[in-house]
Parts: sequence; structure tokens; C-alpha cells
Amino acid sequence: MRFLMVHRVDESQPDAYDPRPETVAAVGRMIGEMTKAGVLLAAEGVLPSSTGARVRSSGGRRTVTDGPFTEAKEVIGGFAMVQVRSKEEAIEWASRFAEAIGDVEVEVRQVAEGP
Amino acid sequence: VTAPDAHRAIDAVWRIESARLIAGLARIVGDVGLAEELAQDALVAALEQWPESGVPRNPGAWLMTIGKRRAIDHIRRNQRFERKLEELGRELEAEGEQAPEVEAVLDDDIGDDLLRLVFTACHPVLSTEARVALTLRVVGGLTTEEIARAFLVPESTVAQRIVRAKRTLAAARVPFEVPQGPELVDRLSSVLEVIYLVFNEGYAATAGDDWMRPALCGEALRLGRIVAELVPDEPEVHGLVGLMEIQTSRSTARVGPSGEPVLLLDQDRGRWDQLFIRRGLAALERAEALGGALGPYALQAAIAACHGRARTPEETDWARIAALYEALAQLAPSPVVELNRAVALAMAFGPATGLELVDALTSDSSLEGYHLLPSVRGDLLAKLGRLDEARKEFERAASLTHNERERTLLLERAAVLSRTPP
Repeated sequence: MRFLMVHRVDESQPDAYDPRPETVAAVGRMIGEMTKAGVLLAAEGVLPSSTGARVRSSGGRRTVTDGPFTEAKEVIGGFAMVQVRSKEEAIEWASRFAEAIGDVEVEVRQVAEGP
Repeated sequence: VTAPDAHRAIDAVWRIESARLIAGLARIVGDVGLAEELAQDALVAALEQWPESGVPRNPGAWLMTIGKRRAIDHIRRNQRFERKLEELGRELEAEGEQAPEVEAVLDDDIGDDLLRLVFTACHPVLSTEARVALTLRVVGGLTTEEIARAFLVPESTVAQRIVRAKRTLAAARVPFEVPQGPELVDRLSSVLEVIYLVFNEGYAATAGDDWMRPALCGEALRLGRIVAELVPDEPEVHGLVGLMEIQTSRSTARVGPSGEPVLLLDQDRGRWDQLFIRRGLAALERAEALGGALGPYALQAAIAACHGRARTPEETDWARIAALYEALAQLAPSPVVELNRAVALAMAFGPATGLELVDALTSDSSLEGYHLLPSVRGDLLAKLGRLDEARKEFERAASLTHNERERTLLLERAAVLSRTPP
């Protein structure tokens, strides 16, 4: 089974996208650990919301709102997808990942598998 | 936190840490069976303490410390290991005041231990069944019950296999080490064989099977990826991982709504998982980048990649597939590979070219009774307009297959041909 781990950052914090070198190293080590354990499928971090946009479709009409998303307390900071045996294992990896980043919330969601 | 929750959390930690724990302990005591018992003791301690205290910050290190203490207790009972004991005591003391930076250095040692464990569990002194069971147990972290469910055998059978495997390793005094030099290639192929066997067992699962069976594909992929990181310079490991990733990409598309198998060329390619295809292609690139001629797994991965890259069946590079099958036939001659090559040749250069090779195979006694030979021959004959001969081949194929659904399909094809006016 696969799980998506999405972490959120508070963009009002100055170090939201500019983490200290020790954080970068810790996250890098964590990515390495997950790769060596054979569980990591993909992981990416994203740029500040000022470079992004929100698209909404409603009643056949689309609305595009450019970032930054100043009204949001937290925005998506990145994701990882893991292939594991249980939700508990996904939670354990997510906890280790969160601890590597520091003060952060990681949302863990199971991927819907077909058919 | 309720007790069942805590137990599930401990299960998850065990799943992540057990292989490294057993590997580290096996290096100390020199015996995989004993190391697993010590690791189990550490697990019992965790089950007693963590529901109260919570999971410690570094659970792997916690378990290893308990395991090493148990190892000391064990060695103490065997006085002749006096020197070993002192060594271990110093090691434990030093680790007590360890700075986090040291962890990265220790990591390499853990990798070496893990690799020793993988090679020992897949040691040729063990039967294939024993290798599979022991590897899933000590490297994969599966329980005996899970292995039994996955392989449709009684739990006691698996338990027996594991006990005997440990005894065999001890009796043969198999050293806990990574083989060196020319032996490495042979021993590695034993490891890869075990992993691919686990994968194929999962791939053969059908609808209605216990979920643990198809889950074997994921277990094999995980093992393959672990070994690929442990021996990154071995192209065949990346070849095998690539092959398994690409096969996994088709897992939903290859089964129809009522559980029937869907042939590769009939699959809805929109349902192929592009993430797994990309991972497979990347693994194949790693194998190719290491240079040298491709081995059997990398060649099979390259064939799978030809299909994976084609957005429609028509885009398939059949000439390349035929060439890859030829290379595979040279490494591992097999009439089944030849038959596949004939199909690829027919797709690339027309049915007559394929038929030439198929006709040559009809005299191969090892394909006698193999239903795919007349089935492929019938298909090529039909394309060439030799309908009467084609019908006879489909009927023959139908009489040879053991699969009811396939028999029906073959007889339908034969019936269509007999209705076609000459």
C-alpha cells in the first residue's frame, strides 16, 4: 500500500523556505534512510506560494488566483510518497520525517489503489 | 494511546528496524539464528516498556542496546568468549556518549551487516524454499504466519523451514560475511533469484486470494531496492529492480473486471502507473550506465521498458525487442525465449519471418505439450491466410492448455476460422 505524506509550512515564518543547513542535512539523511529502506517512491519540495496559483472550477467556470496565498495560515511545502505495509509504518516514517524538518505538520493519506 | 495502538506502532518500528537489528547482532554473535532470538528478546522488552514510556526518540538504537545486553548475557554464559565480551562492553560504553554525527559513520557498518545478512539468508547451502522463508523473515521482517498465508502453506511448515535453515547455517559453519571476488557474482545471483521468486509468487496471485499473496510483489520490490542500495555497482540488481517496477506498473491493467487476465497488447495503457514505469526506466538506466553487456535481468527489464515506453501497441519497437530476446537467448538459451523472439520478429518484420523460427521450434522436444507454441503458430498462419492449418493449431493449443478460460478463447478462434469462407 502507498501513502502520500504532505507537509505544510507557515509562510509568515522567515525560515519557511530557507531552512538552516542542519535541517537540510537532516532531511537529506531522512530521504537517504527511506531510499535505503526501499520504501520511498518519490519526494519533492515546492517553492513559495508566490510562484504558484489556485485554480477553481465551479459551474463550468474557472477562476485562477495567483499566489501568494496570504490568507492561508499554512501552505503545502512538499510531499513524499512511500510504499509500506501498514498505516502505522507510514506514520512512523512520517514522524521521523517531521522530526527531521523540525516544527511541522505532516498529513498522511493512503493512496486509493485501482481497480 | 491504547495498548493495541501501541502494539501496532511497535510492529511498524519492528518492520523498519528488525533487519538491521538482526544483522548487527549476527555480526557480534556470528549466528543468524541466535541473533534473531536476541532481537526477539529486544522486541519483547519494547512491548513491555513502550506502551508505558512511549516509543523512544531513536527506537532502532534502543532495540540495539537491549539486543547487545542480551548478547552479553548470552556470551557470559559461554565463558570462553571472554575477550569478545570485553570488546562488546567497550563498544556499548562508547556508544552511550555518542554524538549524533557519529551515526552517519556507523550507518556504513550497518549497511555492511545488512548485506552480510542478505547473503547469509540466501546462502546456497540452503534449499530455495528455505532461502525464501528465511529472507522474508529476517530481512523482510515478515512473521511466520504472514509467510505461510502468502505461500498457501501451513504455518508450521514455514516455522519448520526457518528452524531447519538456521540449523543448517550453523552446522555448515557458514561465515557471516559478504562473499568476495568471483564468488560474489554467483552468490548475488542466488539473492536475486530469491527476490524474483517472491515477486512472481505475488504476481501469480488471483482474485479471491488472501491479500498477503499479491502483497509479496511489494515485499520483493522492497527487498530489491534495499539490495540495490547495498551493492549499487552491480548492474543486475538494478536490472531486476527495473523489471519488477515496470511489471508492477501494469498490476491494475492486467486484470479484467471479472478477474480474467488481460494480455499486454490488449491492456488499457492509460491505467499503467507512470510513476512505476519511470522508476523502472531509471533503474534500467543505472544498470546500463555501469557499462558492460546487459545480464538476463537487465535484458528482461529492457524488453519490459520497450512496452512501457510505447503509448500505443503500434508504437512498440518490436525490432529492438527481437534483438533483446536474441541477446537473452545467447545468455540463457531457452525455447520459450525463442518463441517470444519469434513473436517479436513477426510483429517487426511480418508473420512469415516469425513463422520460420516457430517452425524450427516445433521439433524441440522440450516444447512438446506447451500450448503457446501451437497458439502462436496458429496466429501467424491465420495472418498469412493459411486458415485451415491455423484452425488445427488453435484446436491443438486448446487441447493442451490447463486454463479453462484460455481453452474457450482458443476454441472460439478455431470456430471463427472454420466459418470463414475459403
